[in-house]
Amino acid sequence: MEKKTTSYKTDKVIGSLKEAIIKSGLSDGMTISFHHHFRNGDAVVNQVMKEIAELGIRNLTLAASSLIDVHEPLIEHIRNGVIAKIETSGVRGRLAEAISQGLMQEPVVFRSHGNRAAAIESGELKIDVAFLGVPSSDCRGNANGFSWDESSELLCGSIGYAMVDARHAAKTLLLTPQLAPYPNTPAAITEDEVDAVVLVDSIGDPKGIVSGATRYTKNPKELLMAEQTAEVIEAAGILQEGFSMQMGTGGASLATARFIRNKMIEKGISADFALGGITQQIVQMHEEGLIQKILDVQSFDLGSARSVRDNRFHTVISASQYASPSQKGAAVNALDVVILSALEIDTEFNVNVLTGSDGILRGAIGGHPDTAAGAKCAIIVAPLTRGRIPTVVRHVDTVVTEGKTIDVLVTERGIAVNPGRPDLKEKLEKAGLPVKTIEELRQMAEQIVGCPKPIEKTDRIVGLVLNRQGEILDRVYQIKEEKA
Amino acid sequence: MNLLRTMMFVPGNNPGMIQDAGIYPCDALMFDLEDSVAQASKTDARFLVQQALMHLDYPQRLVVRINDPSTDLGKKDLEAIVPCCKAIIRLPKTETADDVQQCADYIEKLEQRRGLPVGKTQMMAAIEGPEGVLNARSIAASSPRLIGIALGAEDYVTAMKTTRGAGEELFFARSMILHAARAAGIAAIDTVYSDVNNEEGFIQEVELIHQLGFDGKSIINPRQIKPVHRIYTPSEKEIEKALAVKAAIEEANRRGLGVISLNGKMVDKPVVERALRTLALAKASKALQED
Repeated sequence: MEKKTTSYKTDKVIGSLKEAIIKSGLSDGMTISFHHHFRNGDAVVNQVMKEIAELGIRNLTLAASSLIDVHEPLIEHIRNGVIAKIETSGVRGRLAEAISQGLMQEPVVFRSHGNRAAAIESGELKIDVAFLGVPSSDCRGNANGFSWDESSELLCGSIGYAMVDARHAAKTLLLTPQLAPYPNTPAAITEDEVDAVVLVDSIGDPKGIVSGATRYTKNPKELLMAEQTAEVIEAAGILQEGFSMQMGTGGASLATARFIRNKMIEKGISADFALGGITQQIVQMHEEGLIQKILDVQSFDLGSARSVRDNRFHTVISASQYASPSQKGAAVNALDVVILSALEIDTEFNVNVLTGSDGILRGAIGGHPDTAAGAKCAIIVAPLTRGRIPTVVRHVDTVVTEGKTIDVLVTERGIAVNPGRPDLKEKLEKAGLPVKTIEELRQMAEQIVGCPKPIEKTDRIVGLVLNRQGEILDRVYQIKEEKA
Repeated sequence: MNLLRTMMFVPGNNPGMIQDAGIYPCDALMFDLEDSVAQASKTDARFLVQQALMHLDYPQRLVVRINDPSTDLGKKDLEAIVPCCKAIIRLPKTETADDVQQCADYIEKLEQRRGLPVGKTQMMAAIEGPEGVLNARSIAASSPRLIGIALGAEDYVTAMKTTRGAGEELFFARSMILHAARAAGIAAIDTVYSDVNNEEGFIQEVELIHQLGFDGKSIINPRQIKPVHRIYTPSEKEIEKALAVKAAIEEANRRGLGVISLNGKMVDKPVVERALRTLALAKASKALQED
């Protein structure tokens, strides 16, 4: 066997993104992937796409874990034929509007985080080159969403979505602004999965991670719903020593965490773990000893991102461990309760978190269907109406999460329990909670805001929503543009 | 018993707040057409509140604060709100019994004109200046329509050349209003506490007015509901005592006795009244199950 002559310190490191793309062998028609851990602060997607476009590579499939407002420049790359297909869990902003108006020839494929992981693992979604921005990597590709050097402010916490891409892509390229000393361990992505480490000026602005307000709400309506949600969880008998939970980042969700915290202190109990997108509020409960462990696939604010580095039992998990339905185990299946939001919910409890009241794409599937299916109790918290738009409707515009996986809906005007859970209904009624049928709630919404006119659409499909098993669950149609 | 522990202000020109007001557990809502509505929005607010009264179901008691009824604005408010037959009319800046009577006369005219039962529209008077405070007794007794009087402290303290403080500045006004209300057998409602973020100060003030004997407090934010209701919730001991008095009343009724006795002592009328109010408060705050 021949002895290696190149230095381990330099043989994987590439100083220019263009060179890295060329070396990766990327060519027309291939599939590239990105993660969205920097959320709206992401600088990787636009940077990489610009280089690829300049190299004249075309007809690519872009498989991102999610796309956000900051990715608006993709519109030009789609128009110019650089990108032909998109696979993602969500899309927002101008790009979403353009897609809803028929920008793409091929429909966008929407997958949940769990289904994306499963599709990558099975080879159904084959990634040729993964471009993964990481706040810290050494010269060999041991990488994290933070730096062990505590002075570095470049961090996104978990890189759980990127871990799946790194493991399964034919070529895995890490992008980072500077090298950490080797070995940068413990590491979420390890050198055995990485082809090259590319030095770039910037991968993103950590301030962009913060998704909306992750501060506790003062909105009285959200507080009212949060308090009711906490009472539902208590009445359902979930608040027992060693329970587990997942909560979102919306105002009502975060406030629910606070009410639950108070109930846990009162009862003198602690949770075994909190899962999911993690916020500062969950970290605080962990540090107070109320939550033993945190399993983190995505850090929603800088507080939680820092905690990944600082708290020993705040663990980064991959999207596969989080939610893949095809593996030997996923953490969502161990959840006692998950609190989820909804843009719309219908009288069959089907939920839409993807298209708005105008039919335009404006959200992300995320882990919604995965956690709803996995958790023993899936609670939707949503106001009955938003402005003049009803939330509880006869039929949702787009089914993202199937009603059979949803247990309870909490609104500010009453609580509805899925008829498939008579046991739960009985418990909530016994606790004196205002239980109504979902049809009663729908009628209440209609009484307040009336019945909206149906959204006008063409018969052209702009999006396919897949279920957790990868089958088509629903279709998103092009909207008819309003005549001026 | 109709409790008025909390009466929440809702600006009449805020559709979102009007739409959602019904979800909060306060005892009464007060839609405001007066000071919280800018002159240019008066017509919009009047229409909005009228439509809300006609089309939305609110579980609370409803009150509408109208503009000065001696003006065109105030008359138009009455013309829009009285026919809805849903809300108590709250008179702003009441100074004399005559203010109440004139408004009551106009309401009566409207009731007659619209074929509504005369006298059914109830009223409430806000006392917001020294003149009104000194006339509180005659104001409280001025009309059978009047179900309560309320203190409005902001204008009052300004007129008194002082500011809101720990409560000394309102001691006379509160006492006058309470005495006037009690003498007339109507409700007394305390003024708002505007620093929503100062929960501690708010609780102190509510404890004070609860001890003084007010029926409740005007509030400006749903977050203020719970603390008031908590303070107005009778203690377990009070509830037990009230239940014993109630049992004694029932026992006396069953045996056809005119005198109620408990543990060998005669129970006076005020004790009976207090016990019944305690039980009503206990039920409202769910400290006691409904019968």
